[in-house]
Amino acid sequence: MSELRPDLARIAGWIAPESRVLDLGCGDGELLAHLRDHKQVSGYGIEIDMDSVIGAVGRGVNVIQRDLESGLAGFEASSFDYVVLSLTIQSMRHVEAIIDEMLRVGRTGIVTFPNFGYWENRWQLALGRMPVSETIPYQWYNTPNIHLCTLNDFDALLVSHGARITSQIVMHQGRRITFLPNLLGSLALVRFEKD
Amino acid sequence: MTPDPHSVGIVSAQCAEFDEPLVLQGGAVIPRYQLMYETYGTLNAERSNAILICHALSGSHHVAGRYQPDDKYPGWWDTMIGPGKPIDTNRFFVVGVNNLGGCHGSTGPSSINPATGQPWGSGFPVVVVNDWVHAQARLADRLGIERWAAVIGGSLGGMQALRWTVTFPHRVRHCLSIASAPKLTAQNIAFNDVARNAILTDPEFHGGDYYQHGVWPKRGLKLARMLGHITYLSDEGLGGKFGRQLLAEGYQFGYGTEFEIESYLRYQGDRFADVFDANSYLLMTKALDYFDPARHYGGSLPAALAASPAKYLIVAFTTDWRFSPERSKETVKALLDAKKPVVYAEIESVHGHDAFLMTDEPYMRLMDAYLKRVAEEVGA
Repeated sequence: MSELRPDLARIAGWIAPESRVLDLGCGDGELLAHLRDHKQVSGYGIEIDMDSVIGAVGRGVNVIQRDLESGLAGFEASSFDYVVLSLTIQSMRHVEAIIDEMLRVGRTGIVTFPNFGYWENRWQLALGRMPVSETIPYQWYNTPNIHLCTLNDFDALLVSHGARITSQIVMHQGRRITFLPNLLGSLALVRFEKD
Repeated sequence: MTPDPHSVGIVSAQCAEFDEPLVLQGGAVIPRYQLMYETYGTLNAERSNAILICHALSGSHHVAGRYQPDDKYPGWWDTMIGPGKPIDTNRFFVVGVNNLGGCHGSTGPSSINPATGQPWGSGFPVVVVNDWVHAQARLADRLGIERWAAVIGGSLGGMQALRWTVTFPHRVRHCLSIASAPKLTAQNIAFNDVARNAILTDPEFHGGDYYQHGVWPKRGLKLARMLGHITYLSDEGLGGKFGRQLLAEGYQFGYGTEFEIESYLRYQGDRFADVFDANSYLLMTKALDYFDPARHYGGSLPAALAASPAKYLIVAFTTDWRFSPERSKETVKALLDAKKPVVYAEIESVHGHDAFLMTDEPYMRLMDAYLKRVAEEVGA
């Protein structure tokens, strides 16, 4: 079996065996298939893109095709141990709504996003241009990313929505960054619970 | 003509006769009956690779292939079933069955009632989806199939697939319910009622016993089909195909057939009314109206599905307004509440409700991907 993407492997490391997981924007189901095969995890993925849905079906993942922007209506409160939102929040319109929905439906939320506070981004801005980097590989005029934030910004949002951060990892090029994370890490992973 | 390598080829129908009486949900008893069916592919030694195809309102047991090489049309779901097709007959043993009350050879209103020696006609009892499932289960017993790898159907057929997992939860591994609904809405029942009224008020109906009069309510059946047909297509699809095109130059300022769409509908209605039995049409629409598997579970669909170990694929089509995606989402919601494995896909299509019979590319790929997993799971 192929190696899990490093950020997904970190997420998988946070998830307890035999738990129930809802993966928002699950793509072709790589994370859920891994969790099912290695941790006896059950759950569902949500995905809007048809090709990704078919990919997830090919992996035998339970995938529900729908638009996350319409929220998680249909999912009962506290029906999942974990709700994962991986590299998707930066392109969503209704960021606050999805955070509230994650806290409603799951016991633990996990969000990953490109850290706008990464030094290269700051440097490019300092030179007077919008940042283009490995985790934000778009020009300002064609980017799907409409809600970029820094690690500190995201933490503040979670707290204002009644969440408590239980763990935080910052990575760059697949490796964990522990020194000056908001400056040296390009990818942020945050785990949180209802306070 | 070179044979199509993806066709099941030349097929023939079989007839299974059942002598043990079937007690229907409405209380009536059918003392003995026969079911027409066809099979494609080979049942494996473990008997684990069988798939049941449930037909919709106007379908039959003739699901794939042709009876004669020069048949104009193959079976009604030939696009989906065959060697290398999504329901791959190289891997699966596929069973198509004509339901009780139908008019393609299974016992129905046009069959002879052994008690009277006359056609059943108005005496044929109303049959509901659950009765069909019970009759299909007896056919499964006869064929030595303890558990289906999958039960698959679109529209009314999707209701049978869903009902199987309520009535015989341990006899279904996968339920594929396409362009279907957990029960009809008032609007849907209303359409059916208008269709029934067209038949019931036709002077040739004779209270359902028209066979003895050597006539049949063709006009009523034609109108019913024309109405139904409109609801199976989307405005977009009809507009794209016919628009406001006229048969002749300019308006005729009369009540003849002027627009292409009128001509098309009348042709479809005539063709259908020549081959379908009006009593069967009444019965099928009533089965649709009565379908509500949650009813005996306090109105709770999750409760109805609670005992099912099956996995589900629910498919809807964007322009289907007869069984809209919202209705499929009700089924999905119930499955989520019951914590059942479920895949839901909403296919973009211009074909309206009929899309389940069409070959939109994402739909075919989705079915193919899902059924490949099923095949692996059951060792097909």
